[in-house]
Amino acid sequence: MSTPAPAALSAAAGAGGAGSRPVPARPAKSKRSGRGRTRAEIAILLGPALIVFVGFVMAPMAVAAYSGFYSWNGYGPLTNYVGFDNYKEVLSDPKFFTALKNNLFILVMSLVLQGPLAIVIALLLNRKMRGRSTLRVLLFVPYVISEAIVGVGWRLILGTGKEGGALNALLRAVGLDGLQHYWLNKGTAVWVLLLICTWKYLGYAIILFLAGMQGIPEELSEAAQVDGASFWRVQWHITLPLLGPTLRIWAFLSIIGSLQLFDLVYVVWGKAAPSVDVSTMASYMVLNGRNTLRYGFGNAAAVVMFLVSLVIALAYQRFVLRRDTEGATTDGN
Amino acid sequence: MSQVTTAARPAAKAKAASKGSQSNQSLSWGSPVVYFVGLLLVALSMGPVLYIVMGGFRTNSQITTDPAGLPDPFVTQSYATVSTSADFWKPALTSVEAAVLTTLGVVLLGVMAAFVLARYQFKGRGFFYSLFAAGLMFPLSVAITPLYTVISKLGLLDKLAGVVLPGIAFALPTTIIILVPFLRAIPKELEEASALDGLTRLGFFWRIVLPLSGPGLITVGVLAFVASWNGYMLPLFVFNTHTPTLPLGVAQFSTQHSTDTAAVLAYTSLSMIPALLFFSIFERRIVGGLTGAVKG
Repeated sequence: MSTPAPAALSAAAGAGGAGSRPVPARPAKSKRSGRGRTRAEIAILLGPALIVFVGFVMAPMAVAAYSGFYSWNGYGPLTNYVGFDNYKEVLSDPKFFTALKNNLFILVMSLVLQGPLAIVIALLLNRKMRGRSTLRVLLFVPYVISEAIVGVGWRLILGTGKEGGALNALLRAVGLDGLQHYWLNKGTAVWVLLLICTWKYLGYAIILFLAGMQGIPEELSEAAQVDGASFWRVQWHITLPLLGPTLRIWAFLSIIGSLQLFDLVYVVWGKAAPSVDVSTMASYMVLNGRNTLRYGFGNAAAVVMFLVSLVIALAYQRFVLRRDTEGATTDGN
Repeated sequence: MSQVTTAARPAAKAKAASKGSQSNQSLSWGSPVVYFVGLLLVALSMGPVLYIVMGGFRTNSQITTDPAGLPDPFVTQSYATVSTSADFWKPALTSVEAAVLTTLGVVLLGVMAAFVLARYQFKGRGFFYSLFAAGLMFPLSVAITPLYTVISKLGLLDKLAGVVLPGIAFALPTTIIILVPFLRAIPKELEEASALDGLTRLGFFWRIVLPLSGPGLITVGVLAFVASWNGYMLPLFVFNTHTPTLPLGVAQFSTQHSTDTAAVLAYTSLSMIPALLFFSIFERRIVGGLTGAVKG
C-alpha cells in the first residue's frame, strides 16, 4: 500500500459524519476535525474486535439468561414461558450437584497436588544443567496435545473391564495382578480424571514456575548462600515468597480450568459420565441440554454455571489477586 | 507493571545465561537426584504418548494378546492406511483452514484493538480494557450452549465461520492482554517523530507499529493457532454435516473403528504431529507468551 492510503482512509472516515462536505478540512476547523478523526480511528480500530467479542462472548450470556426462562428445543421462537422452572430443576437435580462436587474436587485437588509438586520440581530443575531445554520441551508435550486426542489415548490405556487396557496388562506383566482394576468405572473414575488432568497440566505449571524463577534476581539467593543458608532454606525464604505473583496467577488459571472441564470427560466417558459419577457442570449442561434438545434447560444450567464461576473468580480476585494489582498500580512493578 | 514485562525479558535471559557459575556449586550435590527426577518426569509425561505412537506400529492381534507390549514385528500398515485415507486428510484440512483463519483474525483484530487501548487517550478506555479482560473469566465451555443459540440464529451452523468467528472472540482477551503492554512500550518519541514527518496515527500504526511488534504478534498468533487446532467443543457443537476438525475426527474415528485399535492409535498419533511440530518450532514463543500473560 502506498503512503497516502491510510491517511486518506482516516480522513474520509473522519469526514463521514459531515455528509457531503468536501473531505479536506480547512485550517480553521482543523482542531475539531482532528478530534473527529481520532474518534473515527478509535471506531475503525476497536470496532471489529468489539463487535466480534460482544457478539460471541457477551451476547450469548444475555441470550442464555433470557431463554433460560423458556422451554425451548433450540428451533423456532421462544413461546413457552416457564418462569423459573428450568432453574428450579437444575438446582434441585442431585445430578447437577454431583457434577458441581466433581468440579470442586478437581479444583481443590489440582491446587493441592499440582502446586507443591510443580514447585518442588521447578526448584530442582531451576539450574543450569545438560539437556534442560530438551527436558522443558518434553515436559510440555502433554499440554500441547488436544484434550480430545489425549482422551482417546487414555481410554485405550485404561481400557474397559477389570482386565482391559494397557495399564492392566502392564500390571499383569510385572506380577501385580492384584492391582488390576476397572479404572474408568464408578469409584475410581473421578480419580482417573484427576490423574489425567495432573498428567496434562503439571508440565504447564512447572514451565510457568521456572519462568517465574528466572525473573528473581540472582543476587538475593547468592547473598543468602554467602551467609550460610542451605539450598532449601534459600528456596523457602527467598525464592518462594518472590514467586508469589506467578503462583497466584497459576492458581487462578487452574481454578478456571477446573470449573470448565469438559473435553476430557466427554471424550473418555461420553454419555456414561453421569452413571459413573464423573460428570462436570459443563458435561451435565451438554448432556441434559443440547443432547436432549432442551436448549432452554441447557441455557439455564449455563447461567448457573456462569454464576458459580463468576462468584469464585471474583472472590479470588478480591481476596488473592488484589495484592498483585495493588502493587502494580502503586510501584509500577 | 506492563512496561516491565517486556523490558524485563532480555534482562531475565541475560541473568539465566550468567547463572552457570553459581549453580554449578549446588549441582555437585544435587545432580544425580535432579537427573533422576527429570528422567522420571519425562517417562511419566512421554509414556502415554509413546504408547500411542508405538501402538500404531502394531497389529490388532498383537494389541489383543499383549496390550502393553512393544511392536513385534513393526507394522507400518495402520499408519499407511490412515495417512492416505480421506477420514484423516479431510479433517486435517478443515483444522488447517479453521486454525489459519482464526489466527489471522485474532492477530488482526487484536493488534488493532490493542493499539487503541495502548496509545489513545479517551473516555471509556479503561472500561473497554476491563471488558476484554473479563472475557478471561468466561471460557468457552461456560458459554457454549447459549453460544450455539447465537451461532444458529446467525445461520452459521455447519459453516467454517461458525467455528472461526467464536474462536476469534474467545482468543481476543488473551491476545489483547499480551499485546497492550507490548504496544505501550513503543517509545513516545517514535510517534512524535513520525508525526513530524507527516504520518497520521494510522500511518504510524501501519508503518511503524506493525513491523515493530512482530515478536508479540507471533506469540499471540501461535497461542491462537494452538488453541484453535486443539479445540474440541466448538466444532462439536457447530459442525454437524460439515467435515470435522481433527480432535473431533479422532473422537469420531475411535468410536466408529473401535475394533481396529491399531488404526485408532495410528490416527491419534498422526493428529498429534502438527501441534507437536508447531510447538517445537515456536516453543520459546509459547512459553514467552504464557509467562507474558501471567506477568502482564
